This record gives sequence, C-alpha cells and structure tokens, in this order.
Amino acid sequence: MSVTTAPARTAGPSAYRLTPRGVLVSEWTKFWSLRSTWITLTVSVFLLILIGVVASASSSPGGEGPGSNTSDGPGLALSGSTFAALAVGILGVLLAAGEYTTGMIRSTLAAVPARLPVLWSKALIAGGIAAVTMTVGALVSFLIGSPLAPESTAGTGLDDDGVLRALLNAGLYLGLVAVLGVALGMIVRSSAGGIAILVGTLLIVPTLTSLLPASWSDAITPILPSRAGDGMTALHTPDGVHGPWGSFLVITAWVVAALAGAAWRLRKTDA
Amino acid sequence: MIEVREVVKRYGAKTAVDRLSFTARPGQVTGFLGPNGAGKSTTMRLIVGLDRPTAGVALVNGRPYAEHAAPLREIGVLLEAKAVHPGRTAVSHLLGLARTHGLPRRRVDEVIDLAGLTAVAGKRVGGFSLGMGQRLGIAAALLGDPAVIMLDEPVNGLDPEGVLWVRNLLAGLAAEGRTVMLSSHLMSEVSLIADHLVIVGRGRLLADTTVVDLIAQAAGGGVKVATTHPGMMRELLSGPGVTVTWTAAEELLVDGLTSKQIGMVAARHGIPLYELSQRQVSLEQAFMDLTREAVEYAATTDTARILQETSR
Repeated sequence: MSVTTAPARTAGPSAYRLTPRGVLVSEWTKFWSLRSTWITLTVSVFLLILIGVVASASSSPGGEGPGSNTSDGPGLALSGSTFAALAVGILGVLLAAGEYTTGMIRSTLAAVPARLPVLWSKALIAGGIAAVTMTVGALVSFLIGSPLAPESTAGTGLDDDGVLRALLNAGLYLGLVAVLGVALGMIVRSSAGGIAILVGTLLIVPTLTSLLPASWSDAITPILPSRAGDGMTALHTPDGVHGPWGSFLVITAWVVAALAGAAWRLRKTDA
Repeated sequence: MIEVREVVKRYGAKTAVDRLSFTARPGQVTGFLGPNGAGKSTTMRLIVGLDRPTAGVALVNGRPYAEHAAPLREIGVLLEAKAVHPGRTAVSHLLGLARTHGLPRRRVDEVIDLAGLTAVAGKRVGGFSLGMGQRLGIAAALLGDPAVIMLDEPVNGLDPEGVLWVRNLLAGLAAEGRTVMLSSHLMSEVSLIADHLVIVGRGRLLADTTVVDLIAQAAGGGVKVATTHPGMMRELLSGPGVTVTWTAAEELLVDGLTSKQIGMVAARHGIPLYELSQRQVSLEQAFMDLTREAVEYAATTDTARILQETSR
C-alpha cells in the first residue's frame, strides 16, 4: 500500500498544546483571512473620515446642513461616528455569528473544547482592531476636517483643551461597540438577528425614547449605549447624558453584561 | 481509544441516543453503522464535546475530551464537510485551526499534500465540490497528528478514486496503531475497511460485533450442491443432524455439513459435482435484518402497497 500518512507519532509529550495565546493567534489569523473583514473595516474608516470632513467643510454655525448643530472641531470630525459604530458593530456580529451560520463553529470548538477562550479572543481582536483603526480614522478626519471648518468653530487644534480626549475616546467607544457586536453575535448565533438587534440598540431605541414622557426619557437616555458614546466623545457634555467617565462606565457595563450572556450561552448550550 | 458509557442524549421529548455503550480500540478500524437518524452524528458530537450528554460519559483516551491539554493531538474529527467558513481558503482554514495549538505552517502544507489539495490550497472553500470539501475535512482531522481519527460519513461525495484513497488512508492509520472510527449507513462500504462493527438504530446499540462474526452469523444458509446424481448424493449425505433438501432438478441444499465434507464424500464415490458453494446471507442483508425495526424513515406498508399497485 502506497499510503504515506502523517509522520509517525513522536514519542513522549508533544511540544504542541492548546494555549490561550494560541487561540488568540488563531482568531487573529481567522480575522484577517476573510474578505468581509477587510471590506467592513475599510468602509467604516472611510465613512468616519468622509462624513467628518464633509461635515467640517460644510459647517455653517446656525445654518442648514450636516454639522449645523455642532460647533466644535471634534464634534464635526466625528459626525460619521454613528455609521462607523454600525459598521464596526456589524463586523463584530459577523465575526461571531458567521461561525454559526457557516458551521465553522464545529471546527473551532472541536479544536478548542474549553470554548470560552474563543469568545475572549474574538472580543479582544475585534475590539482592539476596531479601536486602533477608528482612533486613526478619528484623528485623520479631524486633521483634514478642522482646517476646513469655519473660523468661529471651537476646538480646531489638536492641543486645544479636551480635543485629543474626545478623539481618542471615539476610538475607544467604537472598539467597545465592536465587542458588543461579538457578544450579540455569540448570543443570537445568527448574522441577521445580531445585526437587527445592533441596529435597534444603536439607532432605533434612541429615537423611540424621544416619544416617551419626559420623565421616562430623561431616565433612559443617559444609559443607552449610543448616547453613552455621545457622552464619551463630546468636547462639552450635552444635556441629558453622563460625562466622559460616566458614559464610559455605562457602555462598559453594557459590554460586560453582553459578554457575560455570550459566555453563558457558549458554555451551556450545544454548539 | 474512544469509550462511550451509557450515554443518553435527549432533545426535548425525542431521545437521539439511548444508553449507548461501546469502545473503539487502537489499531482497529471501528465501523459505526446505522440507518439515517440512528444517532450516529449525535454520538460523534457528544464524543468531542460539541453536545453535552443528558446522562453518561464519553471518553477520549481515558478522559473527557475538553480536559486534554492538546485536544487536536488526541482526536481528529470530520463531522460535516461544511464545518468551514466558505470565505476562507483551504490554507487559511487549516492555519486558523493549527494556530490554536501552535502547530507550524509546515504541518498545514503536509496535510494539504496528503489530502491531494495542493492545487486548490489557495482557493476559497466556498467553490469546493463536495468531494474536495471532504478532503479538506479529512486534512483538518489529520492536522494534529492525532491518536484517534473519527470521521462521519467520510466517503460521501467522493469519487471512486477518493473512496479508495480514504480506505487506504484509514487502514494505514489503524496499522500505525491509531484508533480509527468511521460512520456510515452503508454496510457494503464499511465491511471493506472495518474490523470492528458498532451497529445502532434509533439511538440504541443493536450489535457490537466484528465483520468476521457477522459473516459467520449470517452464513447459516447451508451449502448448495449441484450434481448429476442428486439422488445418490442425498442418500450418501443423509445422517443425524444433516438435512438435505432437493431444491432443483440437479441441486441440493445441505445443512449441517461443510463444503469440504461434502466434497470428500462425492470424491470418494466418484460422483461429479459442478457446483459446491456455501450459501451466504449477504452482509447487507444481515445489516438490514438487524436494523429493520429501527429504521427511522421506512416506507410504511401502505405506501409500499400503493407503489406495488401503481407499478402493475
């Protein structure tokens, strides 16, 4: 028989073993080997920069058009952050739910039967990559956009008070949204379902709260993830949301809760 | 070694696996047989911890699968050909799995060569045929150079050359002292390669046997003797514990004597024989007899009758 199979098993314990670092490297490899990852990331950076620059250039304080409500440099530069949040959130959902919709999860969990390292690695990689690229996007948007903004705009210099904090927080916020997406994808195990919940949370619920009686809406608004994003990234905290630190705690609480749910589901239910 | 002990798996009211116990040993090919819906895939998922048993334990090399330090070195599995993200290339799929255990890129190239996928290694898996998908799944199973290889319906979708390749590969792996287990719903396929047979139906163990034993058990069909002198032969062969039936003009069916004994008698008396054969119930038939009661989706007698009537 002319079958040459794998080289004979080496005697004694092998140097190769399952490690948390290995799982992290594996998820890194898997992340970059999908075309959808590249497309989603590029689109989100592009949207963040494009919308920010356009908003800065066309800003006319008190007038019409995008950016008319915000009068400061970071606010204009981050005009695209809602779209960017959707894009990185969807990236996170696809990263997690895509494993289930394709059946890949069975290969993944057969290699990593402890399961939880897969979730932590995905969250870390989606969050880290989104945070880094979106920070770069926010800085680029600001650096191109603010020279184009009208003279009267506040905070158009990177060394102006609070400007750098607002821009870096935008990257941090978008990184956390990507982690939220991963957790949602792991919980619902369906790309469509995860994206629907994400869009609902980031876009639809904030709009709906304005229909509620003022006392309700005032209580709910500050704890919405998207409003917490506004609180983190605003140069001057708008009415009705927590300041940068408070807002950071709010979004972190959401992310931790979602990750806890995802971990529970991953551990307890059959793959 | 795979040990399944009193494993039960229920999905709601439906019991997919019902107190199933068996052992797949090193150096042997264990065929896991049963009709569709018998619980074979579920059992395999339980073994690698994808599903949690309702009761009982499944052990891989003496431990629950998840407790191993290097799971991919313990058992390699092919569960379904489509346990792959279609957007990745064959190489990145395998690399993603290899990285979890720190296996080198070289090992990925080795299994790709072994599976005959070198030409399509850089192609996205979404465009693979069923057979290529199976080869990729088998490559993934061999990635960690595991002591146990467990494959669910590995020859599904393979061309004849691929089927032969899988057969030789698995025989080779067992000869190296590894535990090999493969499932199938076709006895004809499994009997060619397996030594040990675990036959299930409706989640229950129907038989834990070997191909040799099953053949012996199935072979109680008597010896067919064709001769120019059937009358003489019948008289010569008759005796205590021997029944001779005249089945055709020049044909006898003898129970209770081996073909060798009959041949000796004929030779001693100079009676020409032109056929002397052990009549065997086919393995396929033996398998069908075993599983008849357990077939999940058997045609009901009514549909069978309707089909008969329409075919008239």
